Amino acid sequence: MTSIWHRIRGRREAPLTCIELVELVTAYLEDGLDDAERRRFDDHIGDCPACTNYLDQFRQTIAIAGRLEAEDLSEDARSELLAAFRGWARGPATGQ
Amino acid sequence: MEPGTTYAQPPEQAALVAALRAGDEAAFEALVAELGPSMLRIARMYVSTRALAEDVVQETWLAVLAGLDRFEGRSSLKTWVFRILTNRAKTRGEREGRSVPFSSLGGDPGSDEPTVDADNFRDGHWASTPARWDALPESRLVGAETLAIAQAAIDALPETQRLVITMRDVDGLSSEEVRNVLDLSESNQRVLLHRARAKVREALAPYLEGRT
Repeated sequence: MTSIWHRIRGRREAPLTCIELVELVTAYLEDGLDDAERRRFDDHIGDCPACTNYLDQFRQTIAIAGRLEAEDLSEDARSELLAAFRGWARGPATGQ
Repeated sequence: MEPGTTYAQPPEQAALVAALRAGDEAAFEALVAELGPSMLRIARMYVSTRALAEDVVQETWLAVLAGLDRFEGRSSLKTWVFRILTNRAKTRGEREGRSVPFSSLGGDPGSDEPTVDADNFRDGHWASTPARWDALPESRLVGAETLAIAQAAIDALPETQRLVITMRDVDGLSSEEVRNVLDLSESNQRVLLHRARAKVREALAPYLEGRT
């Protein structure tokens, strides 16, 4: 982890800054980073408590979104659909 | 499906399609129960009222039944159903004269802007450490007010972002499913999702961190 090592490998191997990392979080979580990017991300997260917290906040945000409840179809709509299914299952639909 | 990729239909899906074709009512009911709420939520983004959204969902199921014999399993059943849904919803929305999501997909204004305000950083690093949410009591993270704030933040998003985060994080569709349903490239989908999540996170922070 010396600066010489980074200089040899060039910019793509340079450590990420926090301001760069926050833009890569979704790509990271989706496995959308290439090997070099992922390594830089992991290296940074490894010793940056601030970005570790940010990554966790992102994960919590996703979990919260996953808890949002949806309204369901009305009872009427559901029974109409079921009736339609029965009609469909009985034979080739005609007159539709 | 993207050109060149082939979708291998999983055995459970083949079995479900066979059950539906055989007229298995319980299988149909379960599928409607599973997908119905997500379908309603998505339809709601294209049309003005809940009643219209419900119509769109019903219409979609009728179209699904009408097309089921021709369904060849070249995409996931879910993708196929949601594609029919978004097409119908779009048509309804247009008939209503509503602005339609993705009508101007070419330019997503502001997509080059940072998702975290630059004021939070000094020399590229956090000026102050973001709070630890993992230390919060579970009751706060799942509380009604937290959920209400998240929902309000999603509702306030530009339509494209709202659709993507709703499909991905709220309804749990995969990235591939969302890309196929909405005809988005992988990178476009990711950018939209990232921006949406960042805004919802930003909306939650003051409340969760007791700054309101």
